Amino acid sequence: MRYLHITNARVLDPALGLDQVIDVYVADGRIQAIGHKPHAGEIEHSIDASGQWLVPGFIDLGAHLPEPGYPHKGTIGSETQAACAAGFTHVCALPDSKPVADSPAVIKLIQEKANQAGYARVLPLGALTQGLEGEQLANMVSLTEVGCVALSNARAPFKDSYVLRRVMEYAATYDLLLFLTANDAALAAGGCMHEGPTATRLGLAGVPETAETVALAQLLLLIEQTGVRAHISQISCARSVRMLNHARQQGLRVTADVALANLVYTDEAVTGYNSQFHAQPPLRSEHDRQALLAAVNAGELCISSNHRPHEIAAKKAPFSDAEAGMSLFDVFIPLALQLVERGELQLSALIQACSSQPAQLLGMEQRLSEGATFNAALINPNSQVTISRRALKSRGGNIPCPGETLNGHVSAVFIGGRHVF
Amino acid sequence: MTTHPSQVQLTEDGRLKHFLTTEGLSKALLTEILDTADSFISTQERGVKKVPLLRGKTVVNLFFENSTRTRSTFELAAKRLSADILNLDIAKSATAKGETLMDTLWNLEAMYSDMFVVRHADSGAAHFIAEQVTPNVAIINAGDGRHAHPTQAMLDMLTIRRHQHSIEGKVVAIVGDILHSRVARSQIHALRTLGAAEVRVIGPGTLLPRDIEALGAKPFYNMKDGLRDCDVVIMLRLQKERMNNALLPSESEFFKLYGLTTEKLAFAKPNAIVMHPGPINRGVEIESAVADGPQSVILHQVSYGIAVRMAVMSMAMSGQQTQATEEQA
Repeated sequence: MRYLHITNARVLDPALGLDQVIDVYVADGRIQAIGHKPHAGEIEHSIDASGQWLVPGFIDLGAHLPEPGYPHKGTIGSETQAACAAGFTHVCALPDSKPVADSPAVIKLIQEKANQAGYARVLPLGALTQGLEGEQLANMVSLTEVGCVALSNARAPFKDSYVLRRVMEYAATYDLLLFLTANDAALAAGGCMHEGPTATRLGLAGVPETAETVALAQLLLLIEQTGVRAHISQISCARSVRMLNHARQQGLRVTADVALANLVYTDEAVTGYNSQFHAQPPLRSEHDRQALLAAVNAGELCISSNHRPHEIAAKKAPFSDAEAGMSLFDVFIPLALQLVERGELQLSALIQACSSQPAQLLGMEQRLSEGATFNAALINPNSQVTISRRALKSRGGNIPCPGETLNGHVSAVFIGGRHVF
Repeated sequence: MTTHPSQVQLTEDGRLKHFLTTEGLSKALLTEILDTADSFISTQERGVKKVPLLRGKTVVNLFFENSTRTRSTFELAAKRLSADILNLDIAKSATAKGETLMDTLWNLEAMYSDMFVVRHADSGAAHFIAEQVTPNVAIINAGDGRHAHPTQAMLDMLTIRRHQHSIEGKVVAIVGDILHSRVARSQIHALRTLGAAEVRVIGPGTLLPRDIEALGAKPFYNMKDGLRDCDVVIMLRLQKERMNNALLPSESEFFKLYGLTTEKLAFAKPNAIVMHPGPINRGVEIESAVADGPQSVILHQVSYGIAVRMAVMSMAMSGQQTQATEEQA
């Protein structure tokens, strides 16, 4: 056997209690040995990873890939390469492409494009309703059969609670996993940022916290009634954390994630009408941010990218007219490490929220142990990077922190033992 | 990349080069605007209507939202400053998104325009233009969404100063639809900076924005408590569409609770003045007896509007010129 040998890296897999500078030997796509040289075979290639971290590959529970439908915003190739720059080996693609990912043909197209590109693997999320219109059920079973890991309606609303109930009942019949967003469209209508003092000052229409919590209460009750396997995507409020904990204490099996931006920024970032901070879900108060960080540190929340690339012109408009979303892959690691440096986020919690927790939800294995598939990333935590639009892997120029100098970048990504980035 | 609106409008040495919001401007600068406006009023009273401060300059009235009154006072102000003025009414179509807006502005800039007077339905539009589109053209905000209407607020400040002698120490109540009001927001900032003792906002919960206290205003839900000991009562116009949006049951119930009548005005100080940015809905937010009564200064507001706009336009133009000269040097 011929081995890939990674030496001197700090190998971090908190789910296994592993945090050690130790050698890793990889062959045939799997980790063959950790800490000791395999008995037979020779080293084909050795990587000296002194000062770097080797972590399990990250799994993104929600990114907006602009293909098919929005070639001016990016391609599956450009965005999965950018995902690697964030340490992601797998990306759940939200179904809000054009056409919507509501048919096996669209799913196959996405998979083909992703395979051709050869960067992060795309795990498609099929649409829950046809055209994401919230009325007629999509062919959920067929979508799952062609490889959708879960079904989602992105942030599109359901026509009414009747449809939502039937969606859940049908999915529960076949034990399908749903990714649901808590957003009451009527309460959120017209809003473009968190309803609070900053919105009042800027005269921008707010999205109240209740737009999320009212919808979440409804979701939780229907999940309980139907018994469907459900994950709540991208919560943004402190109150939602409490509601989820309460539901779990009552025995409900429900997980959730938070977009990294909601851990890093608050509504005050909008002061000055910076349209890069026009986001969905909206950036909320410091109180909310602290509660979300605490939940991640307690292992109660996964972290997703909510990456949404846009061409520059999409953001060149007055705040409410600018398109929502941030291009986050290129800055994911430096922003997350900034939280770790500040002591707001534990490194072990960050890694688990991005790897072992999403893997468990999706029934995947993502760990650094002998015999496991080698899906991993090497992170250099100390390299200084000045964030520049010109150096981005993503086509989306809508990054939140251009010009800032931050620490940390991904130096290598391995998928199935293959060095892809 | 984006700076606080109050900073975008100032030159490095703290002079006005755009006028986007009253928020964050110093007391000295706001007072300078009022003093300059006062001097224009006295020249006008002497029969000298026209001054040459903007001679040879091109001012474009860029109204993305309809307005006859504000636009005509800006037009008169520009003419009295001897500027050339172009009026453009660009109704905002569904497709008039960012790119279109930017193209329109760049085209006008290429025609050597010196000043844009901008009204737009989006909060932050004037700030966006000043910072990201045409920073070398002086931008005067004539109303952006719910955010700011700073020239209206300054003419209101001038009205208070001229009719109550000073703003300092005064108790001011703003009544009605605060939620959607750019006028109210600009008034609150100006009043706080100019030393008003208390700024109150009065209305039903549906029309008071959340966390209004953060701006330095105190919410009241009934006129009796809200108007007690007030020196100034500012009534806001109530838009008809508020009834369709489940914010209010009816005009008649609103008038019953918040409409300014002689009886309700009696809660305020006996010499309190009554203001309204216009146009008035008689019988909805104010009864005619009050609007045309001895305490009303509503028509004075209109005439001061021209002087205040002349003041702001001349100050911003001079700030832009100073900056341009310094950059060339």
